[in-house]
Parts: sequence; C-alpha cells; structure tokens
Amino acid sequence: MTRSSTGSRRPMQTDTFDVIVIGGGHAGAEAAAAAARFGARTALVTHKLSTIGEMSCNPAIGGLGKGHLVREIDALDGVMGRAADRGGIQFRMLNRSKGPAVRGPRTQADRHLYREAVQDILREYSNLTLIEDGVEDLITENGRVAGVIGQSGRSWRAGAVVVTTGTFLKGLIHIGEKRIPAGRVGEAPAIGLSDRLYGLGLQMGRLKTGTPARLVAASIDWAGLEMQDADADPIPFSFLNDRITVQQIACGITWTSAEVHAVIGDNLHKSAVYSGAIAGRGPRYCPSIEDKVKRFADRDKHQIFLEPEGLPGTEAGELIYPNGISTSLPEDVQEAFIRKIHGLEHVEIRRFGYAIEYDYVDPRELTPDLAVKKLPGLYLAGQINGTTGYEEAGGQGLMAGLNAARFAAGNDPYILDRSRAYIGVMIDDLVTRGVSEPYRMFTSRAEYRLTLRADNADQRLTEEGVKAGVVGSVRRESFHVKRSSIDTARMRLEALTLTPNEARSNGININLDGKRRNALEVMAYDGVDFAKLRSIWPELSDVTPQVAEQMEIEAQYAGYLDRQDADIVAFRKDEDMRLPSDLDYRAIGGLSNEAKEKLSTVRPATLGQAARIEGMTPGAITAVLGYLRRSARKAEKAARG
Amino acid sequence: MGAPRGPTDTIIALASGSGRAGVAVIRASGPGSAGVIRALTRANQPYPGDSSGPTGSEGALDPADVSRETPQPQSLPQPRKAAVRKLFDEAGGFLDEALILWMPGPLSYTGEDVAELHVHGGPAVVEAVIGAALRTRLCRIAEPGEFTRRAFDSGRMDLTQAEAIGDLIDAETEGQRRQAGRLYQGEAARVFEGWRGLLVSAMAALEASIDFPDEADIPGEINLSALEPIETLAVDLEQALGDAGRLASVREGFRIAILGPPNAGKSSLMNRLARREAAIVSPIAGTTRDVVEVRLVLSGYPVWVADTAGLREASDAIEAEGIRRALARAEEADLRIWVSDVSDNPDASRETSSTFREGDLRVLNKADLLETSPSSAGAEDVFVVSARSGAGMDPLERRLAEIVRERLETDEAPLVTRARHRELVEEALAAVERALEGARIGIGAELVSEDLRLAARSLGRITGSIDAEDLLDRIFSQFCVGK
Repeated sequence: MTRSSTGSRRPMQTDTFDVIVIGGGHAGAEAAAAAARFGARTALVTHKLSTIGEMSCNPAIGGLGKGHLVREIDALDGVMGRAADRGGIQFRMLNRSKGPAVRGPRTQADRHLYREAVQDILREYSNLTLIEDGVEDLITENGRVAGVIGQSGRSWRAGAVVVTTGTFLKGLIHIGEKRIPAGRVGEAPAIGLSDRLYGLGLQMGRLKTGTPARLVAASIDWAGLEMQDADADPIPFSFLNDRITVQQIACGITWTSAEVHAVIGDNLHKSAVYSGAIAGRGPRYCPSIEDKVKRFADRDKHQIFLEPEGLPGTEAGELIYPNGISTSLPEDVQEAFIRKIHGLEHVEIRRFGYAIEYDYVDPRELTPDLAVKKLPGLYLAGQINGTTGYEEAGGQGLMAGLNAARFAAGNDPYILDRSRAYIGVMIDDLVTRGVSEPYRMFTSRAEYRLTLRADNADQRLTEEGVKAGVVGSVRRESFHVKRSSIDTARMRLEALTLTPNEARSNGININLDGKRRNALEVMAYDGVDFAKLRSIWPELSDVTPQVAEQMEIEAQYAGYLDRQDADIVAFRKDEDMRLPSDLDYRAIGGLSNEAKEKLSTVRPATLGQAARIEGMTPGAITAVLGYLRRSARKAEKAARG
Repeated sequence: MGAPRGPTDTIIALASGSGRAGVAVIRASGPGSAGVIRALTRANQPYPGDSSGPTGSEGALDPADVSRETPQPQSLPQPRKAAVRKLFDEAGGFLDEALILWMPGPLSYTGEDVAELHVHGGPAVVEAVIGAALRTRLCRIAEPGEFTRRAFDSGRMDLTQAEAIGDLIDAETEGQRRQAGRLYQGEAARVFEGWRGLLVSAMAALEASIDFPDEADIPGEINLSALEPIETLAVDLEQALGDAGRLASVREGFRIAILGPPNAGKSSLMNRLARREAAIVSPIAGTTRDVVEVRLVLSGYPVWVADTAGLREASDAIEAEGIRRALARAEEADLRIWVSDVSDNPDASRETSSTFREGDLRVLNKADLLETSPSSAGAEDVFVVSARSGAGMDPLERRLAEIVRERLETDEAPLVTRARHRELVEEALAAVERALEGARIGIGAELVSEDLRLAARSLGRITGSIDAEDLLDRIFSQFCVGK
C-alpha cells in the first residue's frame, strides 16, 4: 500500500462517508483499513487519536490459533501482521518442534513501535479520515443506520457503521472493593452508545477480564532469573516481509511459591471476583492468580513470564508485563504477594492490576457478515461481540469493515466459511453458538486444522481477498509471483520420477514394487526433505526456501489432507444451502419447540450453520429442509398459475 | 447432524422394514449403483430375456455348483424393467436370487442412479448382500434419512411425499430411539459413552500440549502415557466387532430346542413340525444321541429346531455326551420346548429344570393315549398334542410363529442401523490404529490427534456429537492454563 500519506490530515469537504468505524482499537483499525481498501470513503471516529492501535493488555501478538488469525488478516492485506513485524521484539515460533499445522507465530511487541506502525499504516489510506470524538449515539433513518453523533455535538452521515468499542460499553474496573467506571484505566466508558444498543432490543450480557500489575523493569532482580530468548531466525508475520529488522530481546521467567499462595489465599475475600462484586464471567484460559490458587490448590507454584513492554532504553521498555498474575485484589495485597515472588522482592509497581467488567452483545444477534440483524447497516466487531484478544478483534474488524463497505456500495456480503479460515471458524462459532466466556481462538476449534495452516494463509485467502475487493495491488502482485513459483515447482516435482531401486541407491527405503514414484511422493517418505530431493535432482537447487517448505508440508500431510478435502466437500454442500433470513420457523411442522426457539434466535444463514446450533438434531434439520422444498414448490406453482 | 461424506458418493441401505417380510428391498443410490449391480451379479450367467427370465432350478441354488461358473461381466438390466439375477459375493459364493430394478437418474427416487435389489427377506440374507456390496468399496451405508435427503436435494421429492416428510423423520428417529433404547440400552450405550470419554481424554492431553505450549502445567511433548487407554480401546473395538459377527450368526435363525425325558416323543414332534422324517423315531428310549436340526420358516423368519437327546442318567459315554450337548443347546436356544409324555405323567409340566426360562413352552405329547384332558391343559403356553396323529399341532405352531415374530420384531434393531454401527466402529478402529501407529513411529501430535478426532467423530455418529467445547472443558479442568 503506497498511497498518499496526507489524506487523513486534509480537511474533508463533506461530513458524509460510506463507512464510519467507531473505535480505534485492533478491530477498529482493521475495519477502517479494510473498508478503505475496498474503496469506501471511510472515517474512523475515536475519542483519542493518539491511542489508535494501543495494546491495552499484554503487549504480544500471535500465539496458537491467534498467530493463524494474524496470518489470515495479513493474507487479506490487513494491518496487524505488518505492524507486528515493525513492533515485534521477541519473535518465537511456538510449537516449532511440532507439525506445521500447529506452529503458531508469536511476538512480544514494543507497545510504542506497534502503535506507531498501526497509525502509520492507517495514514497511508487517502480515503480514510481519522476523527477525534467520542461517539454518543447512532443516527437511524427508515429503519437503517444513517450516521453517528459525537460528544462534541457534531454528526456524520454514513451508509454503514461499524462499532468496535471493546470493553468501553459500561466498562467497570474492579480493584478490591473499589469500582471505577472506565473503558481502560484512565479512560471514560461509552455509556450513551451502550444504552443505544440496549434500545435496539439486542440481547446483551456481561463479561469480565483482567490484567496484572505493571512493574518497573529497573527494580527487578534479573540476575537470578531464567531467561527466554527470541528465535535466532525470527519469521515475519507478513507475507510481504522476508526478514525482521527490529532488535530482539529476552523475557524473564519466575514462579509463584507456597508463600505467595498463602498471601493470596488469606486475602481471597477481598478479591472483586470472590467477594461477589463481579457478575460477568471470565475466561478459563486466562484465570486470575486468585482463581489459579483456589482452583488448583494442589499446585505449589505457577509460572510467570516477565515480558518487557518495549525495547530497553525506551519509555515503553521501562515497564514489565508479568504474564500469569492478573488479579483484582486490593493494591496492598497485590504489593504484598508480588514482592514475595522470586526476583520481584524489591519491585516497584507502576500500576496495579484490575478486573474489568463490560457489556457485550450476544453475537447471535449478528449475521455471518457481522451485521446486526435488527438494524441494517450496523456492524459489530471485536470484544463487543464477546471475544478477547487483539487477533480475534482484528479478524472480525477486517470482515466487518469489508462487509460494511460492500453493504454501502450495494454488494452482497463476503463470508469465509469454517473450511477456509480460522476467521471463518471464529465468526461461525460466535454467530451460531454465542459465548459463555470471552471467546479466544485455539487450533482445536478448527476441524480442518491440517488444511488451515499459518504457512499457507496467503494461498488460501489472498486470491479470495482480491475477488472480494479487500486486497491491494502490491499484495496481489507479490502473491501472484509466489503462487506461480509454487505451481511451477509442483509441476516440476511431479515430472521428476525414480524407480524403487534408484530410491534405495539414494538411501530412501521404498518397497521394491517396480512402481516409479514422483518427487512429491518420494518426499512423503520418512526422513525425506527437500534437501534430499536436491541431492538426487541438482536441478532443483533454484527453488526458493519458502516454496521448498510448502512442498515439504504438502508431502508430509498428503494422506491426511486428502481425507480432509473429502470432508470439506461434504461440509460445503450444507453451506451452499441458503436459508431465507425471514423463514418462519414456527410454521414448520415436526420441529420441537426448543428447536423452533433456537432457530428463531440464531436465524442461520445456511443449512450447515443450522446444524451446528447447539442441540439441533438431524430430524430437525431435515424438517427445515422439507419445509423449504415445499415452499419452493408452492412458489413455483403460484408463479405458473 | 451426520453430514454426507460426499455429494457424489453412493449409498446403500435396507429400504424395507427389517426382517419380517418375505421380500426385503435393498436400495442403492449414486453413481456407483451400476457398479454395485455389476459386482454382485458378476459370476452369474445372464438370463435370456431380462424381464421374464426363469427363476432357476433348485439345483442352481447349490453354492457348490454356481461357484464353479466362470465369472463374466454382467450387463445391467434394462432400465425400469424387473430382472431376476443371482447375487454373489466377491469370492463367487452364492448370496441370493434377487429381483433387480435398475433406475438410472434423473428419473428415480433420489434423482441419482438407483438400484433396488428385492431379495429374500430375513436378516441373514440382507446382511450378507449389503456386506458384499460394501466390500466392493463402491458404496457406503446411508445415514438415516439420506435417501430422502438426496431426493430433496435433487428436487425429486414431489409435493405429496414432501408433505409426509415429518412422518418419515419420525419413523427414522423412532428407529434410532429403538436402537438406542433396546439393543444398545444399558451396557452397550455405556460402553460407547465410555469409549468416547477415553478419546476425549486422550485428545485433551494432546490438544493441551498443542494449544498451550508455554504452560508450565502442561507437558510440552506428545505424552505417550495419554495413549495407553487408547491401546485398550483398540482391543475393545476389535472385540466389539467380533461380537458383532457373533450377533450376525445369531440372526441367521431363531433357535428352538426340544427338550425332555427320553421317549417323550421329541423326535416325533420335530418331524411333525418339519413335516418330514428328519429324525429317527423308535420306541427305544435314548434313540437320539446327538442334536438333530431342521430349518423351518415361521412368520417369514428362518428358524432352527433342534431335537436333543433325552435328559436322564446316561447309560453310556456316548449318551452322556449327547445329554451334555442337549443341555448346551438348551442354554443357547432362543426358545425351549419341554416335552413330556402325558400318558406317563399327566402333570409332567410341573417338572422344573435349571434351564427352564420364563416364556418357554411345555408340550404334553401322546395325547392320543389319554382319554381325558390333563389337568394342566388350557394353561398358558402348555400344549397337549399328539405328534403321531397331528392332533393339537395347529395351536402350537401358531403360538411358535407368534413367539418368533414377537421376539425378532422387538429384539431386532433396524438392520441398517446395526450395519451402520458396525461400519462406524470399523472406521473408528481404523482411525485409532492409525493414531497408535503414528504415535509409535513419532508423527506429530496434530496428526495423532486428527485420527483420534476422526475416531471420536465416527463413534459420535452413534451416540451423539463431540465438539471443541467438550475438549476445552476437559483441558481446563485438567490443567491450570493461563501464563
């Protein structure tokens, strides 16, 4: 993306846009950028321009499942991968020793570098305007959204609006018995907008999440701590980058102890969670330290990563994020238990940890393009939909921004299904099953995990993204070059063959069955990698490492991928069966009341989605299908008669 | 829901009700239907004139004869015209003689190529034919409702049929309910649930190591001890498939054992039931030394009636062995008929035996030698007959037919469901074996887990589904996650 970088600063001639995005977090940034890439006149409205791209919690991007999401966002030409490559200070490929499908790229990020990178990338879009104002309300006209009203009293008109307000909806911070209404520490919550969403009659709920104290790096006794280095060969998130140039740092590792647990145990009643002050449900995979101590009482220690929030010598780098001890205990208790942790005996706490409760909209109020069913033109993305994590927010933001732009332009929605992307798995899970705790991505959520890999996200999605109108020309060209070199390499490997005897003379143990095998088939044998192929066929030496890796992975997973492809064909058949959005489920005979209720709530877009609703039976699905078929016949007859 | 495994694959299932009728209809749908007919009829000589061919002589039904015929390609019957063909398994063994209807798509029930095989009713034949068809690998067992579903999908379902769809579904779920409620009630259902639990546990350990690599609480590498219960599971699955085979042999016939003291007229009774001299009858007590069996058809089901040695203190080793076999047969039998000589002991029905079970029948034989009705005549399931003259046999035969129908109808789950279960358990076993082998040779945790997922999915199609939430629940309850 090399567009004019002055666009956002140029005074706009008009206060009318195609798409307005409310919020400047990770969902908002992706939504605004995606809408702009589609060509929509886009505005991003946020109460504070300087915090666009802020990492409110852990300064890290990626991980298992999450790294997959970042690669997919990047394959669709989004912001997050490129920003992480510019802000990443501790790149690690998680599960490096495991198979390619479950490797998760992750990096610690310099809070400041990352935020700057996001803001720089957004400023490159000439058709994207950044506006500083808190949005207080929506404008609706003729039953659809028509714009937004700011706290300043100004209003802007738009064909579609994307709401990405994170934890700012009726946000309430808990520290011990203290309660502070806030979206993020020191920032006011958005109450008016929350009321507006309640006013639409949307089903809403309350969730909670937590964050640990922030520690002053210089006050930590690093000498006695185990350190974890970055990978020696950091692998970028973005398919556009081939190397990382940012300085890489190490993180510290320390542990809680019985002594620490005793302090926490003695003060459990003071924790906001245990005193009953918090109604919202927190994530099981990111429990507070008081949760860990209580629920896993048999463990005598818990691991803590000491993660720098920035490069040494910078302002961000002065602080350490102690990953593993999020808490809502009162300040004095936090100080007491933290100072009992090895290496933290003399630590200075810059800011105390807290739990935050916030409103979310039941995502079953949304269609799979993330549009609010009850108000055409309104889209929701990110934590407001009950998710947690920058990556989950970014993936939704991209899809919501794209679909808002498509809606404003009169195009059909663009939807990724579960067989195409983790983004599709996530959105389908949300709109079909709702959430009971903040939703986070895991690779085990993806039934087509072997196919949906981080390494092939561009091959799965970039061409799709070009068709959907969300991929720019730079990305498109670069992808086409890569794809043609992969195709060429595959054809070359298929053309090179050898006999079992020839294979054996090269040290590859193949059955002497007289069958010639091509190079791809040979690579499926244990211990045969691309380097081995090069030793047999020196002419392969011109294949690039990236392409060679793709060939190796395809060969390694060959049998499994074939089985999975057959599964996917069956899956798509049900996905292709569209259900009308106005289908009257109560009129369908043979459906239980429970099934009618659930179908009416979710209003599935496809038969496949209907089948994934919790508790749906094959009988119920067949009844829906029968009803549809009957209706189609009747309509046909009526048309003829 | 059970998603079809491919829009263009071929499915097969018993289309008629299970068991009871003289004719059972097996239906195949999909592009492989023609191949299935060709494969099953391949050893057969074509009949002259497909639609009106002779049904073949008795002699041709002898498997020994037909298996010597040279296999040759068999043309398809003319579309929409009935054709009689013999069916063979892949070894050339004779299966049955069937009326075949070949209905190429799109003018068929499902809109796809459809073949209907009208075979002789009864579980054994149907099981054998479907089994042979599956082994061609051209087709798989249909999911419940899948024919109907394909008919919908292709737009073949007409308005009237579509109106009735609710009833159809009910019938199918009723079948599933009965299957879950009877055959798989209790022990088997618990076993399936137990298996599923083992898979979820093992997957949780693997998935935790995949999704939470930086967690101190979770072992980083593939934990082979997590797979130990899966080794046991593989053995259990194999065992279950073996048991399924024994169940199938039970289905070959309903077994009735005739028991009683020597010279009560058991052999005469059997000959009367068989309407031929199958057993040697003599006035000498102990004439029947071994078990003699005849095959009958009652209520459309095959029935084996076994005549056994008279139960008494044996006078020699051969007779003792005969009595041992008689008792063993009594034990295995689905129904026992206790015969006594009414003239010797009019109240012999009071005799008890360790093998007498509720529902067994008592027959007081040699009524022709008695002048007045015995005191127990008219009691439920007590029959006074004369095997020699045939007097009193009608009520007994009617009652036998009734019992056979009742027992087979209520105890038999729909055949297709059972064959489907076997296929799913086989799939699960194959996946479990791939997972174990993979773990042994050190393939990645994600591949081991993939096979366990496929195994769980196969079992899940029997008992209910498993999804990611099951797994995550397990992970979060076992491990302290959250670095």
